[in-house]
Parts: sequence; C-alpha cells; structure tokens
Amino acid sequence: MVIELITYIVRFLLIILIQLLVINNIELSTYVNPYMYILFVLSLPVSMKPWVVVLISFFTGMVMDTFSSTPGLHMAATGFMGYIRGFYLQFSCSKEDFAGRIEPAISKKGIVWFIVYMTILTLLHHVFLFYLEIYSFKEFFRTLWRILSSTFFTVLIITLGQLLFYRNAKT
Amino acid sequence: MRNLIFFFYKYYTFILFFFLELFSFVVLYQYNNYQKASFLNFTGGISSSFYESINSTTNYFGLRNINDSLLAENASLRSQMMNAYYQSGTTQTSINDTVYKQQYSYISANVVNNSVTKRNNYITIDKGAMHGIEPDMGVISSNGVVGIVTSVSLHFATIRSALNGNTKISCMLKKNNAFGSLEWNGDDPKFSSLKYVNKHVPITSNDEVVTSNYSTLFPEGIPVGQVYAHTLDAGDNFHVIKVNLYTDFSVLKNVYVIKNIFKDEQQTLEGNLKGGN
Repeated sequence: MVIELITYIVRFLLIILIQLLVINNIELSTYVNPYMYILFVLSLPVSMKPWVVVLISFFTGMVMDTFSSTPGLHMAATGFMGYIRGFYLQFSCSKEDFAGRIEPAISKKGIVWFIVYMTILTLLHHVFLFYLEIYSFKEFFRTLWRILSSTFFTVLIITLGQLLFYRNAKT
Repeated sequence: MRNLIFFFYKYYTFILFFFLELFSFVVLYQYNNYQKASFLNFTGGISSSFYESINSTTNYFGLRNINDSLLAENASLRSQMMNAYYQSGTTQTSINDTVYKQQYSYISANVVNNSVTKRNNYITIDKGAMHGIEPDMGVISSNGVVGIVTSVSLHFATIRSALNGNTKISCMLKKNNAFGSLEWNGDDPKFSSLKYVNKHVPITSNDEVVTSNYSTLFPEGIPVGQVYAHTLDAGDNFHVIKVNLYTDFSVLKNVYVIKNIFKDEQQTLEGNLKGGN
C-alpha cells in the first residue's frame, strides 16, 4: 500500500516535470499544445473510488494552473475529465477489471481499447480547456482545429510513452 | 431529512465534482475580470522560483544573443547621451529642470518563464513588489512592446504578453497618428493585428506602428511593429491590418517594466469625469 502510494507520487512528479520542462517547450506552432499531464489521472487504477479520482484530478489541474498562471483553467478541465472517466470506465470495463487493481494500460487492455479510451477523454479535456481559455465562441473553428491537432499529439505522446516505458510492467 | 441524507449519500461524487468545478470557475472568472486579483500571491510564488532555478541553467544557451541585443541597445542609448550632441546654446541647461519633469522610470528584469504557442501567453519575470512593480504597468523589451503586468508577488511578477487574447494595447501609425488597438488573434507569434483603424486613413506596407499617447501604460512612440499586410472589405469601416511585431517573444530574456509616475493623477482625473456623468 505504502509502496503503491510512493509509486504514484513519483509518477505524478515525473509526469508534471515532463509536461513543464519538455512538452511545454515544444514551440512548434500555436496549433500544437499537447497536455500529456492528464495521463496521471487516466492511468489511475480502474477500481479507485470515483470521488478520489475527482479529488486527484482537481489537485493535478491546480498544480498545472500554479505553473502556467492560469488559475482555475486546468482545474476545471481536468476535474471534468476525471468525473467523466468514472462513467466511461463503468461502461467499457468488465466486472473482473473492477475487482482487481488493474490500471488502464496497453499491456492490460490492449492497444485499441487504450487509444479509444485516451482519445475520447483527451478530446473532452481539450474541448473544455481550449474553449474555456478563449472564454467565447468567437474563434470557433480556429479553436476546434487547435483542439483536434493538440488531441492528436497528446494521444500520440502518451501512446508512444506507454509503448516505450511500460513494456516492463507486463513481465 | 432522511431523504436529504440519502440524496447526499447517493450523489456525493457529483456534489464534490460540482462544488470543485464551481470553485474553479469562480477563480477563473475573478482572474479574467479583475487583474488585481493576485493569484501569484495566493500560490506564494512557488512556480516562479521553480522556473527561476530552471532558468539559471538554460540561460547560458542564449548568452550570445542577449549580449548582441544589449550591445545594440547600448549603442543606441550612447547616441542619445548628452555628450553625443553638439551644444548650440547655453540658455537651455538652466531651464531644463522645470520644463522637463520625469514621467516614466524603467525597472529592468529577466524573464524566467515564457510561452508563445498558447492562446493566452504569460511571462514571469524575476522582479516584484519589492522592486516597485505593481499590476497594470507596461512592459517593453529593447526591440518593442512586450505586455502588461498582471499580478505581483514579493519577488516575481507575471505579465500578460501581447500574445494573449485579453491584452489590448493602444497603438497608432507613426506617420499620421491614426490610432487603433493591438490584439492578437492566436495564429502566429510573429504577427499581431491592429484593429479599429478608420477606413479613411491611408496605409501602406512597412508603415511603422508605435504606442499611442492615449494609454497610461506606455510612453508615446515605443515601437511595436511594421504593417505587414492590410485589407479593407467593402462594407467595413475599419482596416484589417497584420502587424509584424518587432519583439521576438520566443527568445525574450531581458525586459523593462515602465513605471508611470503620473498615472494615478491621470486616472483619478478621468475617473472623476466618469463619476460626474
């Protein structure tokens, strides 16, 4: 239990640092703003209580807000995603998944399931985040395009990261 | 009563979610509306000191560029010094003090965190309230306009850069003083757009855009950029002007914060006027 907690804390710090120091400095275009820090929320165990996930999501968003001078923005978006995640898992996971302590990962659920899961929740998060950032629908299509390309890159980075670093977890 | 407790018990996740979401919206709304709501003070400048320690390492990579821009600026300042001018009369020096009163003073600062590709970009600098920085001060670099101070902690300050949807800077064309508002459309960090320039104003490419004298944040005539492209739709009253910004935000390292000594006086006067009506 304690080891598990430490693993999650280390993972949290690692993901936040990668987001802040690496991903945020990829200044490719104004249309590419991947936010892979949501991986932390998305990779929490399936059987974790929804209210804990909601709390953790809000906390993750708050940490991101602190480091990007956008109070409330990431908090609202990540919290929303964390809440919806519970419903998505209920509908897409079997009873056995909820009984064991598995994480939604490629090694456990297969690559297709993983990509669909990531894409849907990342898209929800990004739609919420980017429209909230603009605070209006004035630039509707430009923002939509920004959301789609950023979602693509977020999912790409997360999936590649999983394939590279989580392979050991299978054995 | 039992039903109420049962309700709370059944939907506690939703209730938790709802209240946290409400909280984040309130924080977001306050920050967007009142620039003086100091989020930086709330978080105690943790992020700023984090970025500063990272920056002290990465700063070395850009030293050459910084040196070049500082040298160029030194040269231009040197050419403005009194000993660079030939003094043609003796009467001027005696009345200098009463005729010219200093209105703007500058505080130099280093950028510790910056972004250019977000829709709303913010810059963090390593000077704060301790050095005399207050919210709503203008910020420039040696090349041109950078942005406006949003919130201030003791040692740090965050700036809404010109590459931010909420930043509007009052500008004018240098050649005929036609004024407009500089707003970023979120497309390309090298370009911004100048809005509300009346259609009867003649515009050509490469016209210089500078800050106007209407704003209390910037002195008149600080360079902003050059007109890159301009169109005028048939039914429109205003030009659509694309401005090539002088400031390269992606390599920004040194900035100057502008303190307007007469700002309070001007704003009180203008506030009185509004109150009277």
